[in-house]
Amino acid sequence: MRIGLFATCLGDTLFPDAVRATAVLLARLGHELVFPPDQTCCGQMHVNTGYQREPVPLVRGFAEQFGDPSIEAVVMPSGSCAGSVRHQHGIVAERYGDAALRAGVAAVQSKTYELSEFLVDVLGVTDVGAYFPHRVTYHPTCHSLRLLRVGEKPLRLLRAVESIDLVELPEADACCGFGGTFAVKNADTSSAMLADKMRHVTGTGAAVCTAGDSSCLMHIGGGLSRIKAGTRTLHLAQILASTRTSPYVLPSTPLEATR
Amino acid sequence: MTVTARETILARIRDAQALAPAPAVDIPRDYRTDRTLPDADRLALLADRLVDYKAEVHTCTADRTSEVIADVLRERGVCRLGIPPGLDRTWLSAYEGEVHTDSADTPAPELDALDAVLTSSAVTCAETGTIFLDASPDQGRRALTLVPDLHVCVVDLSSVTAGVPEAVSRLTPTRPTTLISGPSATSDVELERVEGVHGPRTLAVVIRTDV
Amino acid sequence: MSTPTYLGMPALPPRSPYGTGNLRGDRTFPKAAHDELRNDQLRRNLGKATHTIRAKRLAVTGELPDWEALRDAGSAIKTDTMNRLPELLEQLEAKVTEAGGTVHWARDGAEANDIVTRLVQQTGSDEVIKVKSMATQEIGLNEHLADQGIKAHETDLAELIVQLADDKPSHILVPAIHRNRDEIREIFRAGIPGVDPELDAVPAHLAAAARTYLREKFLTTPVAVSGANFGIAETGTLSVVESEGNGRMCLTLPDTLITVMGIEKVLPRYADLEVFLQLLPRSSTGERMNPYTSLWTGVTPGDGPQNFHLVLLDNGRTAALADRIGRQALNCIRCSACLNVCPVYERAGGHAYGSTYPGPIGAVLTPQLAGMDASADDPNSSLPYASTLCGACYDACPVKIDIPSLLVELRHQHTEAVGRAPEKLAMKAAAAVMGRPGVYRTAQKAAGLGRALAGRDGQISHLPPPFNGWSASRDTPAPPRQSFRAWLGSAEGAEALRAAAEEGVRSRTEADGPDEEEQ
Repeated sequence: MRIGLFATCLGDTLFPDAVRATAVLLARLGHELVFPPDQTCCGQMHVNTGYQREPVPLVRGFAEQFGDPSIEAVVMPSGSCAGSVRHQHGIVAERYGDAALRAGVAAVQSKTYELSEFLVDVLGVTDVGAYFPHRVTYHPTCHSLRLLRVGEKPLRLLRAVESIDLVELPEADACCGFGGTFAVKNADTSSAMLADKMRHVTGTGAAVCTAGDSSCLMHIGGGLSRIKAGTRTLHLAQILASTRTSPYVLPSTPLEATR
Repeated sequence: MTVTARETILARIRDAQALAPAPAVDIPRDYRTDRTLPDADRLALLADRLVDYKAEVHTCTADRTSEVIADVLRERGVCRLGIPPGLDRTWLSAYEGEVHTDSADTPAPELDALDAVLTSSAVTCAETGTIFLDASPDQGRRALTLVPDLHVCVVDLSSVTAGVPEAVSRLTPTRPTTLISGPSATSDVELERVEGVHGPRTLAVVIRTDV
Repeated sequence: MSTPTYLGMPALPPRSPYGTGNLRGDRTFPKAAHDELRNDQLRRNLGKATHTIRAKRLAVTGELPDWEALRDAGSAIKTDTMNRLPELLEQLEAKVTEAGGTVHWARDGAEANDIVTRLVQQTGSDEVIKVKSMATQEIGLNEHLADQGIKAHETDLAELIVQLADDKPSHILVPAIHRNRDEIREIFRAGIPGVDPELDAVPAHLAAAARTYLREKFLTTPVAVSGANFGIAETGTLSVVESEGNGRMCLTLPDTLITVMGIEKVLPRYADLEVFLQLLPRSSTGERMNPYTSLWTGVTPGDGPQNFHLVLLDNGRTAALADRIGRQALNCIRCSACLNVCPVYERAGGHAYGSTYPGPIGAVLTPQLAGMDASADDPNSSLPYASTLCGACYDACPVKIDIPSLLVELRHQHTEAVGRAPEKLAMKAAAAVMGRPGVYRTAQKAAGLGRALAGRDGQISHLPPPFNGWSASRDTPAPPRQSFRAWLGSAEGAEALRAAAEEGVRSRTEADGPDEEEQ
């Protein structure tokens, strides 16, 4: 397939490893990748914070960058950005766009996928040939779970990974407390939610907490780093990209680093 | 001319609807209705649900009605029993205590002095274990089944429906109707359900399987 | 469409008047939550209670194979109701009147309070017994009656706890959810005259103490005030859904019953109860059916109150109705499922919302009823932001109110109305950068400068306001040396993708090869 890769602004700038892994994984599965160079941001942060006029150029940019009919699918390593494209771009276009934008948004929305749903639903694969010999626990991010309804798909992908020790995360479907600007505006409540999430994560004894969104992982990982927990965060794509030939090498944890 | 609150509110609603017109909606009614279940299944389901919500369940045939009622009342030490004016008196043939036939002018505090009340019922929903009283002469006014601490209620299996829609469709809307699912209860302390607050603390249901 | 009977342009209906009732706290959500979060007892009580009710709700909704069909029907019935509100209210009024009741209309809480006060005074009583009612809490009826020398006795166990403790409700269904059994025992010991000083904290004993205390009030008070869960337009039937029997006492024993009902509580048909009597209890208390539901139509000679008054309340509901998206909040049947599943409510508790309606539904309903920009730092304007948009509320809602979308919409309305100047500028700036790919790439390179802020472990541990709340409990990784696009454009990136493609070809060839029979 000819796949348009959307790196997301956060992935491109702060978490390039997750996007690299996505690209490597899709290339390994035999697909052609297109990276429209003028892509930037989906505008989710704006809309979720209450701004709908400001992201109009972002919504238009996304539709233009990925509108090329030869791009069969747009894939991104983020449930919340895919959710924004599918659920928010239409709202913005309806309110502040013209007919052309509305048509462009509708065309690109219907071929936009978060990574795990693309793999399972579109490509029909669950075993991507990955190898990851570590204890892993999976946090289903809220927008993957309740906006995109990815359900068990990420877990099906993880269960097929060779040598993985996948352990269930208690109260997995509880929000980690990120919520974009929520973590800034309501930092106290957010921290209380994060504390509970971290308690469940560290309780599993996992070396890695994974998820399909770098933003939630930044939140959980930022907290785990602060309390110098032994668990680190890693994007789902990084586990799926790891193979026997090119295994992901877990860096030493902060705890180990201080020893 | 003064504008009434009624006119103002209705005008506001029409303004709101003009400002934000809404498309008409079709109401999908794909939920289960008109369900039927064999007698044995309805009985089993109802008994299970009643017990689950801490009601006492007694099952009998019609010819044993008075006997079972007398046993329930004796076991609870009932000496003063209230009944609605239209109750079938043969149900009391084996009961030996006092009987007070209720009327609209009996003051509520007198109801408080009764040990128990015995009534019939209008409809019952098996799936939720809910008895519907509709204030017919054999069920009495609403206060009668509320103030005494024990309510013995006779349910005929023929009046038991499978689900809620089937039960609601049998009601007469203009009658004052009370839905009863077990004894009074509260979950107000730490969301832990406890039975027995202001309504009867005990609900004994006598299900007659051949009526 | 019915023909409008007014002339001229439609006017935006007014919100609940500023400064009245209980639809606005005295400080913003983050400030209130900051204090509530420090109350460990509250956190434990809420955590235990919400987890208990979640499990119960899931069990009883999972029992019904047609649960989703019931939700679809419930949602559509409520939407249809809002579309036909004037005719349904007029029909309800006609039917109630026909059945011997009297219908009153109240533009706002103050008018409703005046109507109820006048009706109570006409009976000559200086006491009323009350069934738990959100509408009367919303308009501050008890406080108003007290000012007029009328004592209102709350009879729901949780409302009684709140009233005796001079506290405020913190939950729609279980107003004393923030109290545990030991606290309740202390409140009863201090507040109930003549209570057994040996009263312990067993929930059944606490309930028994309330029974003894209230029984005399039920038997002697001539007036009751209630709310209503449903008002059926077709028949004029009103309904109260409850558990303890205090509702039946109030609805049955007094001579006079005054019911205050929000105009959105009307339902078109009696048969619609078949949907809502399944949705409400299972979503609310997690029971297949609540212990008692009362249905009454006007006055029945010889049975129950012989004087029945229905007060139909607007108080900002028509303002909400004027919002194409926000009006969904009026579909709420007050089950409180959204509170019980909300991670923010679970931590911050109901008082942080400052309104009669807490939790996710409160965060969308309160600003619409009472407005959110009535003052510079209106607490109500912080409510739409009191959510991570996690969506648990939407999944739990029995009438499928899309609360996350409503929150986003109200945030938009707020930024459009006032905006927060620095934030608005930042958002504009961010959009300007993101909207121009060339500028974006330059900014991305500049972000690499953030590395200077990081410690030796590559983590940034202190950030300036407004991000200091974030950095108080989270590290932020320093931006990496190389963005994804820089890597992709590099020889290293090209080589990595080529190698991955080759590895894929190799493994597929092996898998398809004649020697591999285990596939």
